[in-house]
Amino acid sequence: MTYTGWIIFTASLVGLSCGFIGVFLILRRSAMMADAISHTVLLGIVLAFLVTQQLSGIYMLIGAMIAGIMTALFVSWLHSLKVQQEAAIGIVFTTLFAIGIILIEIFAGNVHLDVQHALMGEITFIPWDRITLPVAGSVPRATVMLLFVFAIVLFFITAFYKEWKVTTFDPGLAASLGIPVTFMNYLFMTLVSMTTVASFDAVGAIMVVAMLIAPAASAYLWTDRLSVMLMLSGLFGILSAVSGYYIAAFLDTSISGSMAFATGCIFAASYLFSPKYGLAAKHIRP
Amino acid sequence: MTATVLRVEQLSAAYQKNIVLRNVNFQVQAGSLTGIVGPNGAGKSTLIKTLLNIHPALSGTVTFFGSPLKKVKKRIGYVPQRSSVDWDFPASALDVVMMGLYGKIGWLKRPKKQHRELAFKALKKVGMAHYAGRQIQQLSGGQQQRVFLARALVQEADLYFMDEPLAGVDARTERAIMDILDELKKQGKTVMVVHHDLQTVTDYFDHVLFLNRTVITHGKTEDVFTEENIRKTYGGSLRLKGVTGDHVFRLVKQ
Repeated sequence: MTYTGWIIFTASLVGLSCGFIGVFLILRRSAMMADAISHTVLLGIVLAFLVTQQLSGIYMLIGAMIAGIMTALFVSWLHSLKVQQEAAIGIVFTTLFAIGIILIEIFAGNVHLDVQHALMGEITFIPWDRITLPVAGSVPRATVMLLFVFAIVLFFITAFYKEWKVTTFDPGLAASLGIPVTFMNYLFMTLVSMTTVASFDAVGAIMVVAMLIAPAASAYLWTDRLSVMLMLSGLFGILSAVSGYYIAAFLDTSISGSMAFATGCIFAASYLFSPKYGLAAKHIRP
Repeated sequence: MTATVLRVEQLSAAYQKNIVLRNVNFQVQAGSLTGIVGPNGAGKSTLIKTLLNIHPALSGTVTFFGSPLKKVKKRIGYVPQRSSVDWDFPASALDVVMMGLYGKIGWLKRPKKQHRELAFKALKKVGMAHYAGRQIQQLSGGQQQRVFLARALVQEADLYFMDEPLAGVDARTERAIMDILDELKKQGKTVMVVHHDLQTVTDYFDHVLFLNRTVITHGKTEDVFTEENIRKTYGGSLRLKGVTGDHVFRLVKQ
């Protein structure tokens, strides 16, 4: 595949995975948790590096998963101490993120791990860092990790589709049916962390939030069915990734920034023109 | 002698450090239709949630059909408060009713045609067949409550807990819901309902459980639904006025 091909393919995988996960983030009213986890995974990555002394994909994933679960645990612990939910999220993620930054500066200053990179990502470098796979041949490392995470996300969402549906809509009923609501919540946070860390290299911690929230929020405006919302959200994710790349190529500017900008444009268009809940449709209908 | 379907002993529960329920003891007989009444903050919803282990109990034991909850979950149906869920959720009325079957369908399996038919039958029973495909947000409060009831019916449980099913519904829905509860009772099922309207207690329920942090009293409506017990439960928070007939009270909030 060409250089451009790899970048678009990788970015589309980010859009697709984030689009799926984002649907449940929106419906569970946990958009802020995505923001939090997208920052705290940095601490997970740094800790994984300090323990293993290498920046390999699988250790980063494990580190990020632990960080994500820790974030969720700390937030619910603070919340149980009567700290407001939003305040608890704000306290936990800034603190863990700060510890991550301090550790990078102290211990990992001379490796490929810098704050700028973690925040903004750098998708243009992705095609250079390759590994060789048995059948596929030489493939960018970040793309492999994203494919792996996408497969996991797809598996968990389809396999436990009805469980996600009921624990999201009515956790009380879910619990009375014997579905482990708390466990499902932590499993979900783990999926959010994995998606975030896999998207890190490509779009960075800040832009991943745009990819998680905006396509799903846009899809919410188009449909009344969960399955359709999931598909639309994934589609919007891919659309943002592809159009973002071309916007960046045209303006000769940051790719991840342009992709996040594209998600915003899709949301604005949906808000105005969606046939169901769009502003224009409301004015046309009496 | 009818069978005891629910036995509660020394149950207590708390939110953070506030004890909401303490030393709750009661037994419920099969085929009874019980109204749970008490002032706001008396712990009515918490009682149901604690019985079903949705909220953790501090202490005490609860036995359903002579077994612990885990073994008999499928025989118990729960209708949460309508306001406890987000009706913006992208789902149709039929989708929501099918959720009642998720426990039976089991992990990793998809709902099949037969489940869809069961759900549709339940919707028909509550007079909502025409709204099966309707997005739940577009339903009225009464219609949403009927969907919740249908979701409980589809579980074909033997014991039902319903949290304020008559709150904020229109008169026709109230009548329809009570008809269904009476029918459940006739089938020998047991129903416990959190209820807020003291005026209708004698018409609707054959048993009453007065609750205010603990059980004030519990028994047959004709025996326990007295002015004295209402006073004991509600304390000074309301004035009873115009006592006509045996047990009809008009309530005036002060």
